Amino acid sequence: MRIEFTLNSESVSIDTEPQRRLLDILREDFRLISVKEGCGEGECGACIILLDGKAVNSCLIPAGRIKGSEVITLEGYRETERFRILMESFEDAGAVQCGFCTPGIIMTVESLLRENSNPTEEEIKKALSGNLCRCTGYSMIVDGVVRAVKKVKNDGKSI
Amino acid sequence: MVKAFRPVNLDEALNIRKENRVIPIAGGTDLMVQKRRWAGLTPSFEYPLLFIGHIEELRGIRIQDDRLRIGSASSFNELLENTLTPSVLKDAISGMASYPIRNMATIGGNICNASPAGDTLPVLYSLDAVLILSSLKGERRIPIEEFIKGPGITNLKDDEILKGIEIPQYDFDLYFYKKVGIGKVTSLSKISFLGLANITDDRIKDIKVSFGAVAPSVVRSREIESRIKELDREEIVKEFNNIKEMYSELIAPIDDARSTAHYRKVISLRLLEAFLTKEVQ
Repeated sequence: MRIEFTLNSESVSIDTEPQRRLLDILREDFRLISVKEGCGEGECGACIILLDGKAVNSCLIPAGRIKGSEVITLEGYRETERFRILMESFEDAGAVQCGFCTPGIIMTVESLLRENSNPTEEEIKKALSGNLCRCTGYSMIVDGVVRAVKKVKNDGKSI
Repeated sequence: MVKAFRPVNLDEALNIRKENRVIPIAGGTDLMVQKRRWAGLTPSFEYPLLFIGHIEELRGIRIQDDRLRIGSASSFNELLENTLTPSVLKDAISGMASYPIRNMATIGGNICNASPAGDTLPVLYSLDAVLILSSLKGERRIPIEEFIKGPGITNLKDDEILKGIEIPQYDFDLYFYKKVGIGKVTSLSKISFLGLANITDDRIKDIKVSFGAVAPSVVRSREIESRIKELDREEIVKEFNNIKEMYSELIAPIDDARSTAHYRKVISLRLLEAFLTKEVQ
């Protein structure tokens, strides 16, 4: 099946099997290796990307579903101002250890912030319910997001 | 062989459905897990996929003829964000899967998957949901308890697509929803329980009780409900053992990876007791 979609702000077109996982397309066809495979069944969140602005597990998305859609991976997102703020805040909070889960977490946080620019700690935890991290114990990650939200508030800019 | 179809509208989808043996797929969060293989390998399906998640006629949440009408391809997060969604349905949905999965998973998928542990099902049974099934011949409406026949088995015909769900507008004085699982998120139900009641002057005007994951499909008995409806609060406490006995006969759980039949039976009856002898009082 011929599938056209937007990938990190560029129009792309591929000819592939419609049942193929978006995860494999991103990693193998486009070499976007920020997208990780952890569990392959939607539990861990390491493969989360933005599909039409919403965080989804790319291991559960068949290629035929993304026709005409907009896909953003960390490789595209890292060019943004919001990523810079998140990266700094994650560094300050010590929210990154091995880093395997981090791209998925950053994309989930972006999806949350698009819906709600001023989330509470509880809302942050709920949004991150589908991201597993075996290093940090989560509190530093939540702290990283809280810091980013505060930083933007203090700057007077909306995140 | 054609491996998938991506129709532009419902009419085209129904034509494809009639002419071909296909697997309709919307959110895909169950199907893609069931058919997964090793990393890098394409999931293998027995029949071509019919992508329906993007079809406009299957989307949207609105009030129509005094009933709530939910498009079958509405995602769980769309339902959570919508002010029309009944709060009891929101409660059940917010305990399902995780945030990114809820961006994909659809209510129509939860119904057609017909898992005994599908968490929207006890709510839809208690709210007297009616399903709208489309085919080229037109539409038919069927109550959810007549649609689901057993684990993974439904009344969906080979030429039909679940178009939407209709829910009558109810107001309840109280509802009691409990999901018993291994954690607050990403866990599948060991048991789920929903009790709804309307109480006027100490008498039960209306009551609806549904149990999930304790039998091949949701347990709801209109017969037992009508017997409870004749009672006042005190009588319910006195009659509780008889009511429990009646439900006990309908609750037929299994042992599986998530729980045991014994645990499911004991705890589901305790939830019934908590609802009838504490919450309703």
